[in-house]
Amino acid sequence: MIDLGRDHLGADGDVFYAALLKAHEGFSPEDSARLNARLVLILANQVGDREVLQAALEKAMERFHS
Amino acid sequence: MPSYSYQPFGYAPPPELSGKTPGRYPVAIVGAGPTGLSMAIDLALRGVPSLVLDDNDVVSVGSRAICWAKRTLEIFDRLGVGERMVEKGVTWKIGRVFHGDREIYSFDLLPEDGHKMPAFINLQQYYVEQYLVERARDFPDLIDLRFKNKVIGVAKLPDGAAASVETPDGPYRLEADYLLACDGAKSIVRSALGLEFAGRLFEERFLIADIELKADFPSERRFWFEPTFHAGQSALLHKQPDNIYRIDLQLGWDADPERERRPENVRPRIERVLGRSDFEIDWVSVYTFQCRRLERFVHDRVIFVGDSAHIVSPFGARGGNGCIQDVDNLGWKLVAVVKGQAGQGLIDSYNDERIRGADENIAHSSRATNFMTPKSAMEKMLRDEVLDLAADMEFARKLVNSGRLSVPCSVAGLRLQTPSPEAILDPGAACKDAPLRRAGDDVWLLNLLGGDFALLSFGEHPRIEANGIRHIHVARPGEGELQDVSGPAFERYGEGLTYLVRPDQHVAAAFRTPDAASIRAAHRRAFDNSQTGQNP
Ligand SMILES: Cc1cc2nc3c(=O)[nH]c(=O)nc-3n(C[C@H](O)[C@H](O)[C@H](O)COP(=O)(O)OP(=O)(O)OC[C@H]3O[C@@H](n4cnc5c(N)ncnc54)[C@H](O)[C@@H]3O)c2cc1C
Repeated sequence: MIDLGRDHLGADGDVFYAALLKAHEGFSPEDSARLNARLVLILANQVGDREVLQAALEKAMERFHS
Repeated sequence: MPSYSYQPFGYAPPPELSGKTPGRYPVAIVGAGPTGLSMAIDLALRGVPSLVLDDNDVVSVGSRAICWAKRTLEIFDRLGVGERMVEKGVTWKIGRVFHGDREIYSFDLLPEDGHKMPAFINLQQYYVEQYLVERARDFPDLIDLRFKNKVIGVAKLPDGAAASVETPDGPYRLEADYLLACDGAKSIVRSALGLEFAGRLFEERFLIADIELKADFPSERRFWFEPTFHAGQSALLHKQPDNIYRIDLQLGWDADPERERRPENVRPRIERVLGRSDFEIDWVSVYTFQCRRLERFVHDRVIFVGDSAHIVSPFGARGGNGCIQDVDNLGWKLVAVVKGQAGQGLIDSYNDERIRGADENIAHSSRATNFMTPKSAMEKMLRDEVLDLAADMEFARKLVNSGRLSVPCSVAGLRLQTPSPEAILDPGAACKDAPLRRAGDDVWLLNLLGGDFALLSFGEHPRIEANGIRHIHVARPGEGELQDVSGPAFERYGEGLTYLVRPDQHVAAAFRTPDAASIRAAHRRAFDNSQTGQNP
């Protein structure tokens, strides 16, 4: 089982979240979506593990099945 | 009907108006809020007299600050009021966060035993100020408390500052070697010096109410994102002494503060939170929050302390708690300079160390407020998904931010501290409390440290040439005069280490082999005297 829930950021989580909001500041919805798209692609490459990515995709999709 | 009865402190005509005293003081403190009062007491405990001027003659109207953190209580304990506050306050350490009506996460702010002070107490600001005023009155020769003395102007002098003061009997002028601006968020001293208070305002309004209710809600902090009883917004509930509960409700930026304050509008909102109507409204206000700070806190002989220097939004309780850490940091330094033991550089270190604290507090409070008040569709979407994922994913629970509660600020890496790679507790950190035994009595480590420099060793008694500094030696359980009881002290500090502790109970240095030369160097450095070579 791939554990996607485990926290890897610790106190840096808040710092990253703030940086993410800051990056989106002033963006149109389309630019925001584009920024997220780029971020997902870059992070997927960083993860570099097809199984983990598949599990993450499924977890993210859960929201749309219910 | 407020349940607290406000007793005016009383006004006496100042001696200046009958031409009796020269009107020059070593230290003048503007403002008798939590900051100014604590400041005066700290100085008095160190033998330095001060004059305290306040425009009012009662304690804080409305309860305002209620959450006082462990480090603040430890400082208040050093000032002689901590135990009284804990006795009166509601002790808590558990926080629960809900999304809708579902609990998504809870936290324990003090999971370990062996500390004299609890993680947090809730105590209305009016009690805190009352106890501080009463404590200040224990020093009639050192603290001159002047109520209904409003400062209307301040000017810098080459060797001090001058203030113009208005009283019911007319105006007067005074001079001081040091003027401490403890006059709160709207500081007149700040505007008199023309200083910018830069930062930001959060476009959001919050209804803050204290209500009187006989109920047995648990002593926990409860926070809701989008509860069904207050759709789409956030809510916070805290228990206070005297059957008072604090309720914070997010209202949105469009809310009309005048309208929202009216009892006929407040009551139904609170009824929905509590599901009952057998309560009285004690105090209500509608707030917009800001995070701002001065670029510098030290302006020659005028020093800003507390809310006059920095303000934060209250999520995380970093406002008043930050103020008391300012006081703790400045007290011993100012006294050393006034007594000629150190140069102005030591006061400048207050500037650097507490700007670090203010920036930490501003960063945390801003992030919490941002999380609570998404400002765009994208922010709202990210927040919604964090809350949704938090149901079963730990990492998302960690991102849920309803306020990161006040912790002591470490001054590690700043210039008074001596780098000590072997330390368990790093130089700059606030000392941790621990239970000890001395001659059959239970004692607390922080109480023994008190408010002077100390050397603190654990384990084998080292041969130390203490250079006139007090030496506190903690032995293993069952061994020396002063013993660790069950291990927490050794665990927290490390066996075989000796620490040099500053008067504000922060670590200055740690030594495995505490030789006289290293102790002397670290002691000098902690006084900012390493350049001059002057002996503290
Ligand atoms: C709704 C709310 C909730 C809060 N909750 C918390 C909390 O839970 N925990 C926490 O730690 N903090 C909290 N805070 C913040 C806390 O109340 C402040 O940080 C704290 O009161 C600041 O203390 P101070 O002494 O610096 O300033 P103040 O308390 O503002 O005191 C300033 C004093 O100076 C006097 N003064 C002003 N101008 C003059 C003048 N010209 N001449 C003479 N005297 C003058 C005033 O009368 C006052 O007595 C909260 C604040 C608010 C508004």
